[in-house]
Parts: sequence; C-alpha cells; structure tokens
Amino acid sequence: MSPLTLTANSRRVLERSTLLRSLGLVLLGGIVLYVVSGALGDYDRLQLATGAYYFAALAGLTMLIGCSGQISLGHGALMAVGAYTVVLLIGDNDWSVVPALVAAVLVSCAVAVPLGAAASRLRGPYIAGATLAVAVGLPALADRFPNAFGGSNGLIINPPTPPSWLGSNFSLEHWEAWIACAGALVVLFVLYNLTHSGVGRSLRAVRGDEIAAALCGLRIGRLQTLAFVISGGCAGLGGALLALVLQLAQPDAFPLQLSLTLLTGVVLGGLGSLSGAVWGAALLVLLPGWSSDIANSLSLSQNVGNNLPFAIYGLVLIAAMLVWPSGIQGGFMALRRLVSTRRRSTG
Amino acid sequence: MTKFIDYTLNGITNGAIYAAVALALVLIWRATRIVNFAQGAMLMITTYIAAAVINSTGSYVVGFVAALASGLAIGAVVERLLIRRVEHGPPLNAVIVTLGLYTFLVALAGMIWGDTPRSFPPAFSIRGYEIGGARYLFAPNDTYIVLVVVFVAMVLAALFRYTPLGLQMRAAAFKPEVAQLLGVRVGRMFTFGWGLAALTGAIAGVLVAPSVFVAPNNFDPILISGFVAAVLGGLDSPPGAVAGAMILGLALSYVAGYEGDALVPLAALVILILVLMVRPTGLFPAAKERRV
Repeated sequence: MSPLTLTANSRRVLERSTLLRSLGLVLLGGIVLYVVSGALGDYDRLQLATGAYYFAALAGLTMLIGCSGQISLGHGALMAVGAYTVVLLIGDNDWSVVPALVAAVLVSCAVAVPLGAAASRLRGPYIAGATLAVAVGLPALADRFPNAFGGSNGLIINPPTPPSWLGSNFSLEHWEAWIACAGALVVLFVLYNLTHSGVGRSLRAVRGDEIAAALCGLRIGRLQTLAFVISGGCAGLGGALLALVLQLAQPDAFPLQLSLTLLTGVVLGGLGSLSGAVWGAALLVLLPGWSSDIANSLSLSQNVGNNLPFAIYGLVLIAAMLVWPSGIQGGFMALRRLVSTRRRSTG
Repeated sequence: MTKFIDYTLNGITNGAIYAAVALALVLIWRATRIVNFAQGAMLMITTYIAAAVINSTGSYVVGFVAALASGLAIGAVVERLLIRRVEHGPPLNAVIVTLGLYTFLVALAGMIWGDTPRSFPPAFSIRGYEIGGARYLFAPNDTYIVLVVVFVAMVLAALFRYTPLGLQMRAAAFKPEVAQLLGVRVGRMFTFGWGLAALTGAIAGVLVAPSVFVAPNNFDPILISGFVAAVLGGLDSPPGAVAGAMILGLALSYVAGYEGDALVPLAALVILILVLMVRPTGLFPAAKERRV
C-alpha cells in the first residue's frame, strides 16, 4: 500500500468516525492549551481559566439555542447551582476536585430536568420569560437560606492545591488553568459528539420544523428536554469551574447580567457553533479588561468603567441582530465561502 | 388576623402596579407580537428622570409628568429605531434585541447615576390608616396607587373602544395590510403603541419607586411579575392582564409575607409554569387558539 492511499484511507476513517475526530480535536486542543498555559504569566493563566469556564457555559448554551432552537436566560442560575455544589462539597465535606466537579454536573443536570421539561412545552417569548424568572429567582435562594448558602456573602473554599509531583514551582494559577481547560475540553468532546450524532440531527430537524419532525416520529418534548439538561450540565460545570477559580460562590456572582452576558457571547460567536463559543469566551474575558483600560486612559469615573462592558454587550446584542445575525463564526464562514467561490471562478 | 389583612391589602397595591406593567407588555404584544423584556429597564430610566426632576424642582407632579413624557419618547424612539427592523424576522431575534436594550439601559443608568440605591418620595403619606384602634400597613399612598392604576386602565379602555385613534390602532394590530389599504398609517400606529406602552410602564415605575428604591436592577422583579400577570391574562387581553395582576399580586404578597421576599420571583416562576401547563391560553383566553 502506498503512503498516499494510506492517508486517503485514514482521512476516510476520520470522516466517518465522529468519535475519532472529536478525540483528535480534544488532543489538539489539549496540546495547544498545555503549551499556552506554560508560556503565560500567572495573571494571564487566570484569564485563560476564566475563558475556559465561560467556554463550558457558552458551548452548552449555543448548542441549546442553535440546535434545539430554545433560548435560555437561566443559564447564569444553572452556573450558580454548579458553583454552590462544588463549594459545599469541597468546603464542608472535603471532597477532592474531580468528584466534586462530577457531582456539580449531576446536580445542575437534575435542576435542569424540570426546567427543561417545562421549557420543552414553551415557545418564543414564553420560554424567555420563564427562564428569566429562573435567573432572577434561583440565586435569591441563597439569601433565603443563609445557614446553608451563606446569605449574600456567599461561601468560600481553600484554593485547590497542585499535586506535589508537578514540583514546588508549579503555581496555583497554572493548576487552576489546567483544571478549567480540562473541563472545557470535556465539554467540547461531549458536545461535538452530540451535535454530530443522530440526536444532534434530530434536534436540528425539530428546530427546522417541529410538525415535520413529529411526523417523522421524533419525540419532540423528550429531545428538547434532553438538550436542555445537557446544556444545563455544561453550564453547571462552567459555574463549578468558576467557583474553583474564584474559590467563592456568592449570589452577586450570578446576577441576571451573567445570563445576558452568556447570551451575548453566544450571539457574538454565532448561534449553534462550537468554534463560535471559543470566540465568544475570548471576548467575554478580554472585553472587561479592555473597557477598564479605555475608561482609565480617558480618566472616566469608576461607574462608567464598571458598566462599560455591559453597555457594549447590550449594543452588541442589538447590533448583531440588526446587522450580523450569524455572529463572528458565521462571518468567517461567509468570508471563506466568498474566497472559495472566487478561487473556483478564477481557477 | 391583622397580618392577613395587611398582606391582602398589600397584595392589592402590588397587583395594581403589576397591572400597569402587564398592560404595558400587553399593549406591545398586541401591536407587534413582541414581548418587551426591556420594559423593566425603560421604566427604570423614566423613574430616574422623575427622581432627578423632583430633586431639582421639588414638585412631585412635575416629576410625574417628566416620567410620562420621557416614557412616551423612549417607547416611540425604540420602536422606530430598533423594533421596526426585527418586527418581521424570527421571534428569537426580537427577543434578543429587547434583551440587548435591557442590558444597555441598565449599564447606562449605572454609568450616569451609579449603583447606590436612591430614595424616591411617595406622593402621599405612607403611614397606615388606623381603624378601630388597629393600625394597618395600608396607607394613603396605597390608595393613591390603586386609584391611579384604575384611572389608567379606564383611560386605555376608553381610548381603544371609543376614539378613532384607538380604532386605527386595533385595526393596525389586527390586519396590518388591510388597515394600510384603508388608509391607516400602520407604522405610525405601532410607534404610538410602543410609546403608549412605555408611558404606562413609566407610571408603574413612579408608583413603585418609593417602596423598592431606585437602582439599575431594582425593577427586574417587577418586570417578571408583570410578565407573569400578562401571561395569566392570556397576553392578548388588557382586562385579563389586570385580573391576572390582581391574582398574582395577592398570591405573591402572601408568599412574601409568610415566607420572605427572596422567594417572590421563584413563586412567580412556579405560578407561570403551572398556568402555562394547565391553561396555555391564560386564565382569560382571547377567542383565538395560539401556540405557546
């Protein structure tokens, strides 16, 4: 067998097997993140960790909106569920990191089940209104039960200690970046396989035309609930990683603005696109820093500096819907199509 | 027993405020089939404006009028600049635009006025009535709130039922193309409808401000209650919205009284879900069946 047919064969195998492709993607992402996290300083490692937990939540939300066609404004609250689970388990019960993260995913999935079941029966503005109530109502529970959840001050935990075999020079921020990136890669693996599987195709069919999908024998309510639960689990993992990175879970960390920020990231990246979620996460991490730099350099007041990112998010949401509904990733795709048709017509 | 009466009367006051917000949402829904999630932020801005005017002029009435005028202007501008472009697109796009507007307005208020809550003067005394030796929480200001909302609801009903303008607005909402053929300026009617709705919301903001204080995020729970009330009423019917708001006001007042304020948004959520599960067209459905 010549090497040429070998590569052709392996390419065919890759095209056929979603699992292999996703594993390759995760491996590649892991190598890139390993190198990048090693090269960065400690502050930028924290930024990387922040981006990673935003990615987990954004990827879940973009899958929900893009594939299932359901909007959720409650994902900030599901992040809170994950965060509080981790903090309670690690802080009060001395669990180690990985089981606590798994538990956080399971708990947020469990919370997402009734929400998803309700949401699967709702459409358009109704689902937005109901999930909006979740975003406002759920974090308020921490105030209602201050003994369990620490009230408005929240709960704190000790930082996760890097294992000793990594050496004494291995910084805490480096370890946090690793944990958060590992979580993000797990989300990438799960969602990539889901969106490229039969379930993903069924979901897109439901999104395209519910009645036609139902006629094809798809169980619409069940599919949408499943999508909501998986998406909620991703948000829960994102929140759990946030709690690990900040070593804190507190109601003020999960305001309605967080849910709207997630929505901005998803819309910016392009609905339904996992690579779009990477762009969205990068922007959510970088924008607050940039805007405070801008506010400082123009010597604007602190009120302006603190609120500038949100003002930009709002404008971005509006502008994206009016001008560029397919987001950054959609813009790239359009550009690529333009280039490839150019090339074909000239060549 | 006094407690129960207090909660009931408080529920009526809250119900009146929810009714104003719900009416604002219903007006917009009827005109353009959009739920205006920015309504809470819009009425927050107009309440800030009212507070600033009251501060500088010392007159509650001038402040109230300023809130009404700014509400009318904001609503009309928003419809003309933003909503007009997404009216016929997918519903999700319109929802995202109103959410973007919400985010922007809340940030804008934070930039201008800061995040520290400010007090807002009530129109009348907030010292409760004393009847037969027992002092109740219900105060002259609560009477004022209920009366204002009743007046607003009656004016809106009269506007839609008895005036040529109301007839044109109903026609524009019911069959835009036919109405246009018959000479109704449909676009103008939608703009006016949004302005009218924002004005109604502005009234709710000024009425509720003394009890919640004015801060960028303090009106979020009211938007949710207003939305739930509007859905209870079927989202299409102004009288339904008022009735739904009264029911919700009482229910949430009992929840807040006996279980604490923090549970109010969750209780509203539970009520919303139950109603949508059991009666998707609301408790007082309009004639038409629709998909929820």
